[in-house]
Amino acid sequence: MTAEWHEIVHRTLKANEVRLVTYVPDKVLTPLIAGIERDPYFTIFATAREEEAVGIVAGAWMGGMRGVVLMQTSGFGTIANALASLAVPYQIPVLMIVSERGTLGEFNLGQALVCRTMRPVLDSLGIENHSITRLDELEFIIDRSIKQAVATQAPAAFILSPLLTGGKVFAA
Amino acid sequence: MPTNAKVMNRFDLTKRLVAKLTHGEAVVAGIGNTNFDLWSAGQRPQNFYMLGSMGLAVPIALGVALAQPGRKVVALEGDGSMLMQLGALGTIATLAPKNLAIVVMDNASYQITGAQKTATAFKTDIPAMARGAGLAQALWAADEPEFEQLVARALAEPGPWLIAARIDQEPGIGTTDRDPARIRDRFMRGLGVRE
Repeated sequence: MTAEWHEIVHRTLKANEVRLVTYVPDKVLTPLIAGIERDPYFTIFATAREEEAVGIVAGAWMGGMRGVVLMQTSGFGTIANALASLAVPYQIPVLMIVSERGTLGEFNLGQALVCRTMRPVLDSLGIENHSITRLDELEFIIDRSIKQAVATQAPAAFILSPLLTGGKVFAA
Repeated sequence: MPTNAKVMNRFDLTKRLVAKLTHGEAVVAGIGNTNFDLWSAGQRPQNFYMLGSMGLAVPIALGVALAQPGRKVVALEGDGSMLMQLGALGTIATLAPKNLAIVVMDNASYQITGAQKTATAFKTDIPAMARGAGLAQALWAADEPEFEQLVARALAEPGPWLIAARIDQEPGIGTTDRDPARIRDRFMRGLGVRE
């Protein structure tokens, strides 16, 4: 049986010793969050804001613990300053997993607009980012990119496309 | 400001705090004068200085505290920065890290940008908000001896703690290093993460 996307993300984080998982939730991320909550290897909790999570993960890295921030597109839209004034200049490998809203059948105009700001922000800050659409590429991209983020002391973002996760579907 | 606490001086209190750090305690200081006074109170490899990311000193300190549960971690913040990231108080109350203390230097203003008033100049009480968030040990320091007493307790007894001090409008002393990679590397070495 083929593993589901969230099972692959879960085991790849574990294989790379990413023990701290912080999040502001998203419907699409529910099975990933639920799976990690059941695994005592991880410390996982919700924060009030995504930039708070970026700060926590940055602090944990400096204290010797690897961490990741889970969020949705609109949450990414709130963290440009934390990336530009903390993670990037201090060379801290803050890992980000973003559930992509705002495209491929989005029904909320606010989500669609904020989605268009995400890649320009990542690119203008020189942050390594991958849009993941295929299950067969998921483990390779995340595994290699975590290793690169740690080795090069740089943040990295993984954008989970609705092509991978199924996305959120509007109940018409 | 809804407290009768004495108006004290940030640099004086920061020196009193630093004098009590004898076990390699980590200190994460927020941007601006909080940072500058920590720097001028004597540089320690376990100090982290922010150059931006206003409001994130407390979350960064929480991250350090989670990664190193055996080390006490102090977040030093101003009132403006604390007001910017109040949700973090709920996160901390939920996680209840025993090794975390927050010290808020409250001059009721955004002092460094021209001393515009913050909400604490009027009705807002940061320790009361912290208690509302679920941090039971959130207190005003009435004067310098009580500040020292509360810091000593926060370093010796299980946290989380929030200690607020009412301070004057004196500017910060000096400025920090401006090289973020060096600040981060020195901090990691100070925490024993790097050799």
